[in-house]
Amino acid sequence: MSDSGTAERNSSTSAARKRWEPWNDPNERPHVQIANVTKRFGDFVAVDNISLDIYQREFFSLLGPSGCGKTTLLRMLAGFELPSDGQILLEGEDMSGVPPYQRPVNMMFQSYALFPHMNVETNIAFGLKQDGVPKPEIERRVAEVIDMVQLNAFARRKPHQLSGGQRQRVALARSLVKKPKMLLLDEPLGALDKNLRTQTQFELMNIQEETGITFVIVTHDQEEAMTVSSRIAVMDHGKIVQVSTPAELYEYPNSRYVADFIGEVNILEGRVAEREGDHLLVQSSEAGCTIKTGPSADEPAGRQVWIAIRPEKLNIALQAPPETGVNCLSGEVWDIGYLGNLSIYHVKLDSGKMVTATQANMARLIERPITWEDRVYLTWAPDAAVVLLN
Amino acid sequence: MRQGLTWFNSASLILGFLFLYLPIALLVIYSFNESRLVTVWAGFSTKWYSEMWNNEGLMNAAWVTFKVAFVASTFATVLGTLAGLIMTRFGPFRGRTLFSGMIYAPLVMPEVITGLSLLLMFVAISLDRGFVTVTIAHITFSMCYVAVVVQSRLITFDRSIEEAAMDLGCTPGRTFLQITLPVIAPAVVAGWLLSFTLSLDDLVIASFTTGPGATTLPMKIYSQVRLGVTPEINAVCTILVGLVATGVLVASLVTRRQEMQREREERAAQAAP
Amino acid sequence: MPEPTEKTTPGAKIAYLAGGAASTGLIAGLHARLLLFPPYRLFVLALIRMGFSGRSLVIAVPYLWLLAFFLAPFLIVLKISLAEVVIAQPPYTPLFVFIEDGFIAIQASLDNYLFLMEDSLYWKSYLSSLRIAFISTGLTLLIGYPIAYGMIRAPKRWRFALLMMVILPFWTSFLIRVYAWIGILKKEGLLNLALMQLGIISEPLTILNTDIAVYIGIVYSYLPFMVLPLYANLEKMDLSLLEAAADLGCRPIKAFWVVTVPLSVPGIVAGCFLVFIPALGEFVIPDLLGGSQTLMIGKTLWSEFFNNRDWPLSSAVAVILLLVLVIPIVLFQRMQERSARAEA
Repeated sequence: MSDSGTAERNSSTSAARKRWEPWNDPNERPHVQIANVTKRFGDFVAVDNISLDIYQREFFSLLGPSGCGKTTLLRMLAGFELPSDGQILLEGEDMSGVPPYQRPVNMMFQSYALFPHMNVETNIAFGLKQDGVPKPEIERRVAEVIDMVQLNAFARRKPHQLSGGQRQRVALARSLVKKPKMLLLDEPLGALDKNLRTQTQFELMNIQEETGITFVIVTHDQEEAMTVSSRIAVMDHGKIVQVSTPAELYEYPNSRYVADFIGEVNILEGRVAEREGDHLLVQSSEAGCTIKTGPSADEPAGRQVWIAIRPEKLNIALQAPPETGVNCLSGEVWDIGYLGNLSIYHVKLDSGKMVTATQANMARLIERPITWEDRVYLTWAPDAAVVLLN
Repeated sequence: MRQGLTWFNSASLILGFLFLYLPIALLVIYSFNESRLVTVWAGFSTKWYSEMWNNEGLMNAAWVTFKVAFVASTFATVLGTLAGLIMTRFGPFRGRTLFSGMIYAPLVMPEVITGLSLLLMFVAISLDRGFVTVTIAHITFSMCYVAVVVQSRLITFDRSIEEAAMDLGCTPGRTFLQITLPVIAPAVVAGWLLSFTLSLDDLVIASFTTGPGATTLPMKIYSQVRLGVTPEINAVCTILVGLVATGVLVASLVTRRQEMQREREERAAQAAP
Repeated sequence: MPEPTEKTTPGAKIAYLAGGAASTGLIAGLHARLLLFPPYRLFVLALIRMGFSGRSLVIAVPYLWLLAFFLAPFLIVLKISLAEVVIAQPPYTPLFVFIEDGFIAIQASLDNYLFLMEDSLYWKSYLSSLRIAFISTGLTLLIGYPIAYGMIRAPKRWRFALLMMVILPFWTSFLIRVYAWIGILKKEGLLNLALMQLGIISEPLTILNTDIAVYIGIVYSYLPFMVLPLYANLEKMDLSLLEAAADLGCRPIKAFWVVTVPLSVPGIVAGCFLVFIPALGEFVIPDLLGGSQTLMIGKTLWSEFFNNRDWPLSSAVAVILLLVLVIPIVLFQRMQERSARAEA
């Protein structure tokens, strides 16, 4: 797969995705409905009253730290765990009485779970054999998916004779060959090294496009979720905190938890001073200035709020802007990290609060214009600041 | 740390293994002794082997022992594999604590107690003692060994393999036959071998539970040993030791070779792009 | 296999049952089809309500076997230990006696246990068993530790062969290995012969039929049980710890005592229990190698049963032996669980 091909494909898919938003279409029927599902293990509540709709052809991510209940939710979709409460509906049909071996759903396991005593071909054919598919058809379909994951040369090898990346593709092929109504992927790329992971992310997206199967993926890697997903559900302590597209999640997080979990963020505490048109003016002693926010809901004066600003949206300068009372932080450069493409500045504000700003290194710099202990000013556009209530 | 043996390490290894193997080696050597006296070497001879071969009592006992060992280890392997599966895969159930207690207890129970209790029960239910009772007794204690061996294999193997089979449409029963059993097969075979040799070895439990016509080889050896060391018994022992040692050596060398082959292939696969 | 661990709908349970009970597709298919007929469905539901399923069938087979041939015999031993010896078949009095009017009388006596306490032979053999087991466990540790330590210091390519050499005797007949020592230890045996040839002794030593022969027999028979856990434990040890000790100025011999030995305590304890527990109830070794003055409880039980034919008394001996064994077994179990938890 050539790089230019990937890029082209991605731009076209993202263009398609912009129009394709079944979750915003009231006429669209959800493919999977998770309705008030709770899972308890003894006293421990692993999944706490979750309701979620997933639509056909979606690439849906469950994102959260380990122990947040995302894997339990996935295992309930596969049928390995039964909900303590609530229902899971697949195409409107209640799945609670259906054991895993009768669900039209397949799973790709984190450990890949390849059968060690079977070769690539028999591993992939296993599911079809269970359904009593006639032999010629099994052969045809197996050959098809082996082709799709480019393992033709390895069809007769056993799992231990394959590299990690090859095993991952066998696992994917094996779960795809039955053409499930939904494919569940548990940390599918977790065991791969970073380079292979990025490459495989795009392969996964292509395969999902090609087959049109609904993918539900569990991951703790926010970058991976952002790359592949149509929508992401961020989970914490068995609850869903926010369900949105990657862009919305990044630009409009609904809580400090999400803002912090997805990417880097600076969070400044303050209180609402007054409303000015559709903006809020927030007084923050941490920031040492008044913060004028982007368009925002009305909040009563005096309410405690948090302002989230992404580091790349902060503009760093040695000269003070004309107006320093609003949307302008000032402090001392405490640390500089040079990453090549970016430089990261840690700035200590006068209140003692540390703020991070990143700048793209557009020009080749021989001499850094900004250096340690410089007094700098950080400014941003009003709509870069998001108001968070919790 | 610097690998390598100090003189102390080498000495303890050499003396330790001499201690372990010298008695057996002497036993083997003196089974080829011409003289009936154990301490006098009177030249090489295989006459004790032919005498052993012509000793009908010994040969009958050997035949009984092999039959008991074969039947008992086969049953014990089936029951023990099931027990190992139940302990690792069945989650909580009523009476689980008692069950695992009954699996572990025979492993540490003195043989005299196991033998006595089984005998008293066979008497209580007035079951005639003989081949059947010895076999039942051997099944009972060897199945616990099998259960432990199989269990330790099941614990280390990735459960998601079984889940994957079910996810692909395989019922639990078929999953056991098609996936679990082939994967744990080495442990099951090892369990069978272990039961077989345990049954072959057992003197105490067999002495309690046997009846007329079902004298096993260890019992025969024991009663002759009480009368003194004879080269004939040395010959029997040599053959038994030889059989078991060959079996164990071959089995472990084969698994060792397979493992090394596998490791090589794994390394090769990881090295390839 | 996933099983509904909590209350779920009967439908869900039926679905699990359909697959769980039937091991072949054919039976599963038949079962699934039969479920469509109300009588069969009611029958299956009734079974489920009684807590019955394919799963419990699988559990039942080994469970019932062990109940019948392990637990039940045990209760019978307990029962008979409370009876009195009579000359009859079987040679003990029944526990329950049917008397007229359908009443049942319980005839239980603690006489056997009282006798065990009164007659010094029995408590002496318990104590002597404990002593012999203790001493031989200590000796096995003294001999086994250097072997296990030598094994991990040996070059890696020897490890498999060395391990095999330790395991092999474990597979070969216990009886034969004990028997082999008779020819060596007896008065005109190979050991005395060799020592006299070398001029070390002039008179043959009496070793066979003494406690020393029993120690030798136990150490020899159970050495693999000591070496294997020690080896497994020492092999896991991070060798850079010894490098760190050396780097901090600790001499190798001192490092062995302050680093290696403390870290190998779990292996030492496991090995000691594995030797001590079976040694305590040992019969073959004291019988073949020990003398008439060697008292061990296994031997006492055997002769009480086979020579005196006193079944009730030997049952009482067995019950007490078990009580003596319970303490080390429970301790061992606790320790195993602790180390399993520590590893998890």
